[in-house]
Amino acid sequence: MTIKAHRIIARVRGKVLLDDVTLDAPGGELTGLLGPNGSGKSTLLRVLAGLRRPEHGSVLLHGVDRATLPRRALARQIAIVTQHVPADVDMSVLDVLLLARIPHRSAFAPATVADRRLAEEALVEAGLPGIGARRWAGLSGGERQRADIARALLQEPDVLLLDEPTNHLDLRHRLDLFRRLRGGGLTVVAALHDLDLAAAFCDRIALLHEGRLVACGTPAEVLTPALIRRVYRVDADVTIGADGRPVVRTV
Amino acid sequence: MRRAIVLIGLPVVLLLSTAGAVAVGAADLSVTQVLRALAWHAGLPVTPLDPLADSIVWHLRLPRVLLAGLVGAGLAVCGAVLQALTRNALADPYLLGISAGASTGAVAVLVLGFAGGAAALSAGAFLGSAAAFAVALALAGRRWTEPARILLAGVAAGQLFSAVTSLIVVSDATAQNTRSITFWLLGSLTAASWASAATCAAVGAIALLCCWAAAPALDAFTFGTDVAQSLGFSPARVRALLFTVTAVLAAALVAASGAIGFVGLTVPHAARALAGARHRVLLPVCALTGAIFLIWADTAARTVFAPQEVPVGVVTALIGVPAFAVLLRRRGTAG
Repeated sequence: MTIKAHRIIARVRGKVLLDDVTLDAPGGELTGLLGPNGSGKSTLLRVLAGLRRPEHGSVLLHGVDRATLPRRALARQIAIVTQHVPADVDMSVLDVLLLARIPHRSAFAPATVADRRLAEEALVEAGLPGIGARRWAGLSGGERQRADIARALLQEPDVLLLDEPTNHLDLRHRLDLFRRLRGGGLTVVAALHDLDLAAAFCDRIALLHEGRLVACGTPAEVLTPALIRRVYRVDADVTIGADGRPVVRTV
Repeated sequence: MRRAIVLIGLPVVLLLSTAGAVAVGAADLSVTQVLRALAWHAGLPVTPLDPLADSIVWHLRLPRVLLAGLVGAGLAVCGAVLQALTRNALADPYLLGISAGASTGAVAVLVLGFAGGAAALSAGAFLGSAAAFAVALALAGRRWTEPARILLAGVAAGQLFSAVTSLIVVSDATAQNTRSITFWLLGSLTAASWASAATCAAVGAIALLCCWAAAPALDAFTFGTDVAQSLGFSPARVRALLFTVTAVLAAALVAASGAIGFVGLTVPHAARALAGARHRVLLPVCALTGAIFLIWADTAARTVFAPQEVPVGVVTALIGVPAFAVLLRRRGTAG
């Protein structure tokens, strides 16, 4: 399923956060959103997720304006992992995971045995077997982030939006996550800070700078020394690896 | 398994508590006598009690115990819902300014001496709490469904109405009125009647159903507003509905009993320890636990210092504060 942001303008108290941004995330691909702090990555993800209403513009899901779709149907199509995963939550990990099944059952039905089994499996997939009974607030930052990604995947969306999904993860878990996301058939849009990770795994990269989309294309097209200098204000050496993907070394 | 034990055990404890609490008091009655009286009123073929004992059971103690149960259940449910909606463990039914408003209304009726007795008092309390909630809404403005705004506005409205209450008390209160006022402000079930119990039962049943139907939304809000929204809930709509339902319920409860503190604050935390955080189970467990707690608190209030009666709000605070400290400690250390 493709998701498209069409001519989005978002402002907060007169300050422009997104300035006429149009972004096309093709179905089944991993699109990386890059850009320095404050460039509008999180705002764009929140607009795509419907957590923030843009001042102008629309979000199209497979060509249909998301504003015309019912909330519950949207909840079965789009899931988001926000940058700040709630920590002070007095719930068990399993209870949090089971939230993801709410859009999949009728309004008054309780969680089923099948839901629980799916939740346990999602935890195993995330490399967190058997932590269902633990309290959410007692997890470490990394465990919490992985469990929240598992929660979003358990929602069985067509489109997964991730806001800096790796900022609490160690190297191995970063690679695990992106290996799982790549080629999973899921449309993924992920805000990232790590240029190397983006270069190695993303099918497409969109580069944001001060609320504008300055480039969008394959990693080799976007991650050039000139664009990196313009947007991040750092010098970088870019070489093309054996797999045809760029390798970025900031100097 | 544990949930099943809790959900079967608590109703049994509640029924036994009701019968037991009706039996306890200045006039000595046994549980068998109480059950006989109830059976007779239910039209079963048993020998009735003598008229005096029967009147004590049927007109004095039973409505009072039932009202205690209903108020306890309602306050606990309000507390659980508001704690989830505001993501604040310290939220309780009185945060929205409701109890202060009810007190103002009730005290105004007592001091100004409107005719109509208990009914006028309840009506005044209800109007007062409605007025306080309206002031809180007005202060919070257009974005009133944001938790921080409605809570701060509720605190401000509460302060305003407390000030008005003090003003009324100071300006014109006889010694006798002052005593009734004190009882009112601290919360007391002395004014219980079948009418007030029936009102609370009706409002409470509707409110509990509304909240219970919203249980999945409450679970999602407990985790976070963003996730709740991405799961298909409209934060503004859910909050508008549930803030209003809890405000109406709290107003009805306070109109019947005054502002009884700590039930709405403490019971939901205890219920969570018993039954977990999922509201589908948590809300009924809150209602049952709250009912049992307030029935015994009120029984203590009317018997421990007999013939002197203590306002039940004093008892709930004396039990509630240490209980809350224990729960907070557990919450802080449990991994």
